[in-house]
Amino acid sequence: MAEKLMKFSEAVKKYDPVIGLETHVELCTNTKLFCPAHVEFGAEPNTQLTPVSLGLPGSLPVINATAVDFAIKLGLALHCKINEWSQFARKNYFYPDMPRNYQISQYDKPTNGEGYLDVELDDGSIFRVPIERAHIEDDAGKNTHVGGADGRIEGADHSLCDYNRAGVPLIEIVTKPITGVGERASEIAGAYMRTLRDIVKALGISHARMEQGNMRADVNVSLRPSPDAPLGTRSETKNVNTFRGIEKTVTYEIRRQAAILDDGGEILQETRHWDEATQTTAGGRLKTDADDYRYFPDPDLVMLHITPEHIERIKAQMPEMPRERRNRLQSEWGISDDAMRDIVNAGALDLIEDTVKAGATAQGARKWWLGEIARAANEQEKSLDDMPISPSDVAEVEKLIADGKLNDKLAKKTVLGVLAGEGTPSEVVKKHGYEVVQDTGALEAEVDKALAANPDIVEKLKSGNMKPMGAIIGQVMKATRGQADAKAVSALVMAKIKG
Amino acid sequence: MSNELVKLTAAQMAEKIRNKEVSSRELTQAELDVIEAAEPTMHAFLHVAADEALAQADAFDKKLAAGDTEGLPELAGVPIAIKDMIVTKGIPTTAASKILEGWVPPYDATVIEKIKAAGMPILGKTNLDEFAQGSSTEHSAFGNTYNPWNKDCVPGGSGGGSAAAVSSYEAPLALGTDTGGSIRQPASFTGSVGVKPTYGGVSRYGAIAMASSLDQIGPCARTVLDAALLHEVIGGNDRRDSTSIPAPVPPVAAAAREGLKRDLKGVRIGLIKEIGGTGEGFQPGVAKRFNEAVEQLKSMGAEVTEVSLPHLSYSLGAYYIIMPSEVSSNLARYDGMRYGLRVMPPTGVPQTAANMMAYTREAGFGDEVKRRIILGTYALSAGYYDAWYGSAQKVRTLVIEDFAKAFEQVDVLASPTAPTTAFKFGEKTSDPLAMYLGDVTTIPANLAGVPAISVPCGVDDSNMPVGFQFFAPQQHDEAMYKPAAALEAALEDTWGGNILTKMATPWLAD
Repeated sequence: MAEKLMKFSEAVKKYDPVIGLETHVELCTNTKLFCPAHVEFGAEPNTQLTPVSLGLPGSLPVINATAVDFAIKLGLALHCKINEWSQFARKNYFYPDMPRNYQISQYDKPTNGEGYLDVELDDGSIFRVPIERAHIEDDAGKNTHVGGADGRIEGADHSLCDYNRAGVPLIEIVTKPITGVGERASEIAGAYMRTLRDIVKALGISHARMEQGNMRADVNVSLRPSPDAPLGTRSETKNVNTFRGIEKTVTYEIRRQAAILDDGGEILQETRHWDEATQTTAGGRLKTDADDYRYFPDPDLVMLHITPEHIERIKAQMPEMPRERRNRLQSEWGISDDAMRDIVNAGALDLIEDTVKAGATAQGARKWWLGEIARAANEQEKSLDDMPISPSDVAEVEKLIADGKLNDKLAKKTVLGVLAGEGTPSEVVKKHGYEVVQDTGALEAEVDKALAANPDIVEKLKSGNMKPMGAIIGQVMKATRGQADAKAVSALVMAKIKG
Repeated sequence: MSNELVKLTAAQMAEKIRNKEVSSRELTQAELDVIEAAEPTMHAFLHVAADEALAQADAFDKKLAAGDTEGLPELAGVPIAIKDMIVTKGIPTTAASKILEGWVPPYDATVIEKIKAAGMPILGKTNLDEFAQGSSTEHSAFGNTYNPWNKDCVPGGSGGGSAAAVSSYEAPLALGTDTGGSIRQPASFTGSVGVKPTYGGVSRYGAIAMASSLDQIGPCARTVLDAALLHEVIGGNDRRDSTSIPAPVPPVAAAAREGLKRDLKGVRIGLIKEIGGTGEGFQPGVAKRFNEAVEQLKSMGAEVTEVSLPHLSYSLGAYYIIMPSEVSSNLARYDGMRYGLRVMPPTGVPQTAANMMAYTREAGFGDEVKRRIILGTYALSAGYYDAWYGSAQKVRTLVIEDFAKAFEQVDVLASPTAPTTAFKFGEKTSDPLAMYLGDVTTIPANLAGVPAISVPCGVDDSNMPVGFQFFAPQQHDEAMYKPAAALEAALEDTWGGNILTKMATPWLAD
């Protein structure tokens, strides 16, 4: 049943959207949050366990200090108030993927309190997203439903529980209601998530791979008649794990809710799910007052004491934040805002920086990563990171050009060779004999041949009409199978004509 | 011969082992013989691990023969019984609940690792109220344990099994867990010694959680010195328990030995007015023996005063909110999913995970456990949390402050261990509140996290033992061992031996 939707432009004209994001970030600690069980993606089911992560009788949690430090790092990056005393609380509910039937989270005393994140939008403007808290908690295991369609629980005849993920540390970053977003609601939601992903990666606290579920967001959307009206009833779309999905969820929910409100209907406070296949959200569970997690301080864990001195120590280890880094690189490379945005959007920032570090010019590095390599990546539907060419390969090609050993055309062939898995640039050059013809005698002979075959062009050149020079260079190139240096050919021709 | 052996104190057994007068195997076998003879009428054990115990004894004897016992504690080679609330690798652990029937833990509790490292053979697992919830062991899913003094009476609870095993000579030592008195009250009921150490003094890793902020593992023994020696084996910091205190075990054995000199000059003892310290309000037999014991303490030079801890009157109420709240969460994991009992819903009922959990918990838990889960679930509910759990925590803070203030005036505090001697089977099972009221004397130590010890101070007119309780400041467990040992020694002089000599032991041959 397709739901009634209002046109987006109309919806945001009639209503003021308010969004909120609750983002779970899986930390990349070696061990789990409360026990020394190893954490590794894709391991055999139920192999990364201790009595603690399985919630066996008598087992007790002990906090992973690295996870706390990671949380403090994120808190600092999000300008949060780091609470000197924070406390773990039990969130009680029964579910087969929860070994203890309670999650250990933080409730009224989170490690990170209020903060904010400045998000850069497409037009270069900055939007400040207010943060409510960023707290530490442990993940649940994973259920696999067998026997039904699409692995859904409906119609399944049995389910399998894998507790490898149970106890993996998470940080949940909760925004305050984000107001004043208007027609840019989805853009802001997407930009917020990307910015958060970049920060988390820069801090080195998570692999931040959306497709592996390292980051996933609950997207809250509500509408109100005007910015001075009280907040409307919100829907909560759970576990959206692509940037596009988050943006589309916001757009879809604004359109859906606007249509309901327009018909005089009421928005249900419910959890929904983003369906990638239909590009819609579907209703889930109604949230009621019966949702009572009976939070209380976990008596197995003492309060966390984070001293100002400890915070200072962590501050001293903080890496440069992504936006500061982008600004620095942009000025170092001397490129425009647009050019910088292209680089960032292509996911080429790290690659270009590394290529420059390996000796290439920024211009040269940019040309390859956004040109030939990007084209190939596009064709293969891969990210630049996953292409079989490294920044040092690209820098090597650039060096060969600078040394006059490759011309542009040969360089391109060399890059394609590397991409095809034929080896390093020098190996590719060697294999195909791509080197520019350095032997002036051989080149001169070819130039002579070309000039002799085209007396009319010679006349034109002599009269100062340089247009047909290209034709001569072309012929020489053809004769040398592209291995001539165009500049050298041009110089030879000029010398001959003048001579 | 074997009876003589099993009637020795653990310290004496240890000495004989060291002197090679007896092997750990002989001793262990002697205890197993008593267990075999006594169990049909005692039922202190849920599981006897005879083969494992003998193998451990042999391993120790081999070490001793090889002179390889350097650094082992004094009690090395002495066998011990373990309350079935503490997990033991490869030995079934049930918490006396059907829901864990048949579960064999894949790991050892920290205290069990220490017991094994000490070369102390584990005789078996002792009975208790289901998940340590009860004061008579009548709530065990696997039957009653009998009081060795009188088979019509309960042995106390929840650790009735450990206390009965120790006082019936089935084991020289046992481990218990004490959440509201589960070590001390059974000690009082059975004429044995029981200690709840300072909260955090003994690792809880591997003690099945009842109420985590109150639970503490502690020793059960027949003498104060034996309890102290065992305390030193199991105590100390453990990185696997966040609430474990990062400090060594207090010098409790030295304090007990000091007490045996019967000199208490300079020791200030405060009798707690609110919980029977005046000798009033409790069963007459209890009050009488308590008052006589106080006179003994004075005669050894102790300065005895009366002290008021005003908020103790509220401690029972606070305890019966905090404890079930934690119980409701701690026992949530028993759902039939991963281990223990699983009961599938009957035909016609949807075969869902939620229904399976519900049917399993319905069948697996006894009434008292269900009562506490329901109480705790209610107390933690939104809208009730502040009124119940929140208020109870405030009372708890006041109780802690009361103890702190009292310890500014005195070195130790004292009261009867329990308002009564052992009661009859069935006397309180139909009236949970009456059962709860019996915990009024023991609960304050758990709420405040302070250590407490129960020592026998005589028998009432029905020849049932009475317990005397000392409390000490947090992390100063040694402070209570000295007067406890002194009192024990002075009273034994008047009795002409250990209090258990007043008990008939028909299960022992001869």
